[in-house]
Amino acid sequence: MIGVDFDDLTVDEVSRHFGRRRALSRVTFRATRGTLLGLLGTNGAGKSTLLAMLAMLLRPSAGRIRYGAFDSTTPEPSLRASVGVLGHDLFLYPELTASENLEFFAGLYAVNDPSAAAAHALELAGLADRANDTVSSFSRGMRQRVALERALIHRPRLLLLDEPFTGLDDGSGAALAARLRTLRESGSIIVLATHDLDLVEGLLDRAIFLRDGRMMDVVDRPDGLRSMYRDIMSRGRESSGGEKRG
Amino acid sequence: MFARVVWLVLRKDLMVEVRSLEIAYTTLFFAVSCVLVFAFALVQEGQPPVDGAAGILWISIAFAGTLALGRAFERERQSETLRALLLAPAARPAVYVGKLLGIITLLVAGEIVLVPLVALLFQAPLLSRPIWLAVILLSGTIGFSAVGTLFAAMLVRARSRDVLLPVLLYPITVPVIIAGVRATAALLQPDVDAEILRFWLSLLVCFDIVFVTLALWTFESLMTD
Amino acid sequence: MPTWFTPATALCGLMFAVSPFLIANAPYESTMGLVQKIFYVHLPSAWMFLIAAIVCGVASVRFLFRGDARHDRLAWAAAELVVLFGIVTLVTGPLWARKAWGVWWQWDVRLTASLIGWMVSVAYLLLRKYGGPGSDKLAAGLALFGMANVPFIYISVNYWRTIHPTTSVVPTLPTSFGLPLWFSTVTFLLLFVLLLRARVRLEEQRAQLDSLYLSADA
Repeated sequence: MIGVDFDDLTVDEVSRHFGRRRALSRVTFRATRGTLLGLLGTNGAGKSTLLAMLAMLLRPSAGRIRYGAFDSTTPEPSLRASVGVLGHDLFLYPELTASENLEFFAGLYAVNDPSAAAAHALELAGLADRANDTVSSFSRGMRQRVALERALIHRPRLLLLDEPFTGLDDGSGAALAARLRTLRESGSIIVLATHDLDLVEGLLDRAIFLRDGRMMDVVDRPDGLRSMYRDIMSRGRESSGGEKRG
Repeated sequence: MFARVVWLVLRKDLMVEVRSLEIAYTTLFFAVSCVLVFAFALVQEGQPPVDGAAGILWISIAFAGTLALGRAFERERQSETLRALLLAPAARPAVYVGKLLGIITLLVAGEIVLVPLVALLFQAPLLSRPIWLAVILLSGTIGFSAVGTLFAAMLVRARSRDVLLPVLLYPITVPVIIAGVRATAALLQPDVDAEILRFWLSLLVCFDIVFVTLALWTFESLMTD
Repeated sequence: MPTWFTPATALCGLMFAVSPFLIANAPYESTMGLVQKIFYVHLPSAWMFLIAAIVCGVASVRFLFRGDARHDRLAWAAAELVVLFGIVTLVTGPLWARKAWGVWWQWDVRLTASLIGWMVSVAYLLLRKYGGPGSDKLAAGLALFGMANVPFIYISVNYWRTIHPTTSVVPTLPTSFGLPLWFSTVTFLLLFVLLLRARVRLEEQRAQLDSLYLSADA
């Protein structure tokens, strides 16, 4: 751990608008160490916007995000060192090899001995034999694995994942789920945005259901996600607004 | 820390470029075509215009430089890697300096090819005082690239970024062009007026210092939403 | 709109109506004659061009480092006025030059520097119009760079000119044309303030509309 450490992540009445379009409306939740939290919703529900704010790339229009005692609005570069992001676009340089990519980011995050860290990460991804191949020659699943290692190479406290199961086959998906479980056991806070409900079944400690930027519901230890999702999302179409519980 | 980040970013940019050489080849070829177009447009009866070489050299560098800037940041946009650079705890100004040095390296490499070409086509004794010429070209390139790197970076997420970059860049870099061309033209005279040369060179250096400082100062706030 | 706006507009219109008479009755300038009278439009608009540029630059810097949307609205309105008064200046200047010295353009320092400054403000407006979301901050950055550039442009254009073989006669400020000049200046200044206020008001209303939309949605 290189950056400042914190025990919990608190999101307090956070809203974000772009012009007159409301992207997120008064989202509130809290996650402590060893929590795997899911952001569930359709495209355009505000999941990516919320993740961007948690990554400190975007500032909230209203509300606060706190990492332990640290506020996201006070610029704290070492706070960024405690956050790892696996974005939808993977953040990998296609012209560089897998190990070059990992070494670059390890160096950027001031990891001790970047080349050793990169080699270890490639082993964890099961791609040690492809270390010297350029990323452009990898399949989507392989790139995803490298990108996940890139997000984890500096051992962040908070891990943010945007649609990480996209393009993964069943085996890779299961491996990713297992990896996330391990990370949770070791005390990471994981926030995962997905619309892929089957793959996160039984994985989440808490599920936040988003629709049109609003929190429709918060459920601890959710079970039977598909039917729960259907119920919650169809709520409030007749009446106005939704309920919050949990 | 700062220097380490600068070096990492620069090394990464050079590695990526060396793999494909896409930007290097295409912008160099573009610059050469530029020079040829000027040759056809301006050379009359085999006689190039007086002092034309200086102007043509700098215009070609400016045009090719704009193209290179656009391509370099388009690459960062494709895998959202610029976002990844901003996510890192590295100081944002260090990222800027790293990218700036990469652009300068690219442009200088292009100039090494362009200068002899222009000297040849326009019968201009550009290579008679190479050290002075190198100093002038370098300080002009730094000024142009400093503004260009900042603008290209800030336009990465904007719409119409391809056409907006030259629209924004050229009016701001007018002093660089004027100073660069005049200094180069002064070098081409049989007797170099050291007074004039010193004046333009100090203007260029001042510009470089002021605008690199401004860019470092504003990079952080321009890149955050 | 504030209460002073309508009476001020009426006053401004009145002053513009009266000014041709004042200008016509101003003393004749011996060397240039009737043509010189365009000066009464050229100089005040050049000053308004400069004032608008300063307002835009300062407001942009404050917006860039504080994030207050009011400064952004002011900067945008000021930039439009830079373009407007710039056009007036850059058209009346050559018109005068043509009649006075026989050429439309002589790379006069001030005119050339004004042209470049004007182009920066046009670039500002293009960026705001076509840049998409987030272009308010980027435009503020451009304005800051444009402002920082002013001494460089002036020095480089000035020195660049002196090497050119052409000579140009840039008139010094005539001192004996007191009343009409001040009258014109005050008239233009009033126009400037009115236009600025109206334009800022337009943006304020847009922002209010946006927040109404947002609160209706909540």
